[in-house]
Amino acid sequence: MYRYDEYDQAIVDARVEEFRDQTRRRLAGELSEDQFKPLRLMNGLYLQLHAYMLRIAIPYGTLSGEQMRMLAHIARTYDKDYGHFTTRQNLQFNWIKLSDAPDILAKLATVQMHAIQTSGNCIRNISSDQYAGAAADEVEDPRPWAELLRQWSTFHPEFLFLPRKFKIAVVACEEDRTAVKFHDIGLQLHRNEAGEAGFRVFVGGGMGRTPMVAPVIREFLPKAQLIGYLEACLRVYNRFGRRDNLYKARIKILVHELGADEYRRQVEEEFLHTQTLGLDAPQEEIDRIAAGFAPPPFEAGLSDEIDRSDPDFALWLDQQVAAHKVPGYAIVNISLKPVEGIPGDASSAQMELMGELAQQYSFDELRITHAQNVVLAHVRKSDLFRIWQALDAAGLATPNLGLIGDIIACPGLDYCSLANARSIPLAQKIAKRFGDLDEQRDLGELKIKISGCINACGHHHAGHIGILGVDRKGEENYQLSFGGSGAEDASLAKIIGPGFSEDGVVEAVGRAVSVYTELREPGERFLDTYRRIGEAPFKEAIYG
Amino acid sequence: MGDLVRFRDDEAHEEPAVTLDSFLEQTNATAVRLEPTDDPRALLPFLGRLSLIEVSFPKFRDGRGFSTGSILREAGYTGELRAAGDILVDQINPLRRCGFDAILSDVEIDRAVLSRLSSLYGDVYQKTVDGRAPAWTRRNG
Repeated sequence: MYRYDEYDQAIVDARVEEFRDQTRRRLAGELSEDQFKPLRLMNGLYLQLHAYMLRIAIPYGTLSGEQMRMLAHIARTYDKDYGHFTTRQNLQFNWIKLSDAPDILAKLATVQMHAIQTSGNCIRNISSDQYAGAAADEVEDPRPWAELLRQWSTFHPEFLFLPRKFKIAVVACEEDRTAVKFHDIGLQLHRNEAGEAGFRVFVGGGMGRTPMVAPVIREFLPKAQLIGYLEACLRVYNRFGRRDNLYKARIKILVHELGADEYRRQVEEEFLHTQTLGLDAPQEEIDRIAAGFAPPPFEAGLSDEIDRSDPDFALWLDQQVAAHKVPGYAIVNISLKPVEGIPGDASSAQMELMGELAQQYSFDELRITHAQNVVLAHVRKSDLFRIWQALDAAGLATPNLGLIGDIIACPGLDYCSLANARSIPLAQKIAKRFGDLDEQRDLGELKIKISGCINACGHHHAGHIGILGVDRKGEENYQLSFGGSGAEDASLAKIIGPGFSEDGVVEAVGRAVSVYTELREPGERFLDTYRRIGEAPFKEAIYG
Repeated sequence: MGDLVRFRDDEAHEEPAVTLDSFLEQTNATAVRLEPTDDPRALLPFLGRLSLIEVSFPKFRDGRGFSTGSILREAGYTGELRAAGDILVDQINPLRRCGFDAILSDVEIDRAVLSRLSSLYGDVYQKTVDGRAPAWTRRNG
């Protein structure tokens, strides 16, 4: 993976000093909370219900064993011995003291990590495919482009005070593991008819209270023009995005109100101008970054044989291990969704173990997924059994990837000052209701996504089953939706009817699942059955 | 009145800045003030004659002026480019990177803090109108 050079390190170190100065001014009373707020928000520090939350960037979801172990150290030293991995491949600490924040950032900088632009109305952490560099069908590794954009977007002076936050994803497969069409800008590497690789550019996707699947704004962008084109996209947004209403300020609203054709026309006009400015990185810089993502030294001639005689291991193998492009290697998915657990949480000890396993077995590299799990991307098949044993001993081997127990949930009212309802206890109740792993496997791929408010951090709009917590006359109430997808067949979930209490929604999910098992055709997922038969049978079973 | 910080050696422009609409009507003015909704490209035919363009920042979180400044410098404007309004000392670095060489802040700017912040970042990642070499130029020197 990419390692900082002296320039990257100097910029991150400078940011630590800048934030230390800002924090000192706040603690000394030179800055009011109102004045400090935009400064701390630009550095991922939120004031939540009970304490400060610090969000740390994990660029494109890739980190080293040493970096993971540093996160464990911070959790142990400054937090309550755990951290929370988010749908944007970041890590959040929920119990941070303001006075500790500069020291935490200084420690992160020693392992080439930071919290720059993990909040605020600016370009956020760039997300990417957790199988990058390991998937057989990718055009090329998307991460060099994500790293180029990380650098370009870091303190980009023109785009630090956008109308609203701005999220970019870069992928290189047809199969989409990042919800690319739900980003403000989604970049998908593909080949044109001449066989050249370039970007398909989606602009204006998003969740929130107005969910949108992004339209294609450009079908093919030559790679060497990426920065000039994005400058044009962002400048049109910065100038003309709405600033009169917080809820209409995302770029999806601008694209929607202008229409994709008019937005495209304005971007192309600005792009003609930005191309004259020489904003793009030279090829030698792109080559330098790409060298940081050169394939690790895979061994040739390894066996693909795996001893499946342990039945529990075999179950885990079938659910959690994916095909790798190199013979003899595999991709391991580590579940952060144990039945009684909190989706996306990991303890310090678990983080340390994952870091050690990466160093020992996966070329010192881990990935965080948008579904809040962790991946070891390059593992020898002959090591799988030992890895499984180590994970199992640490409670990290639940074989539920993509199943009903693999729930995405936001922190909800247990932590978040924006939330209207709790997400975590509901996720736990649903996971417990379907706690039997044989039943989960029988149900197949079924993605439940839970948000505790309309901001949709739990991606409920993109859930096969989506649940939104709302406040109804002081009571927590849950709206149930069906038919969403955050994958390559992206779609928005549709509300089925009136909301439920916490127990009521668990019961309603149970009834919906029964409709599926009764009416499914061979090979159909829940989503496929819903799309084929429509909402009526589900509505009947739930409300009838 | 506010606190004026200038990063250029010439005398501050004394003539009051007029609105864009007034400027376009009475073209002998040499100072103009742009609001966030004004199109800076309306000034492109007149840049050579202008000594001061003041760009309004009604709220610190309204970042439209950053694009306004960049557009004017990209078009070759060399006169004073002044950011005026609700401006935090911590915004002065990015403002300068977008071509602003004067700041008229509604509140007093702490010169000690400004001086510390100004010398903090020796390297930058982007090519902008301030002419600083981005890291990739220095790396591949």
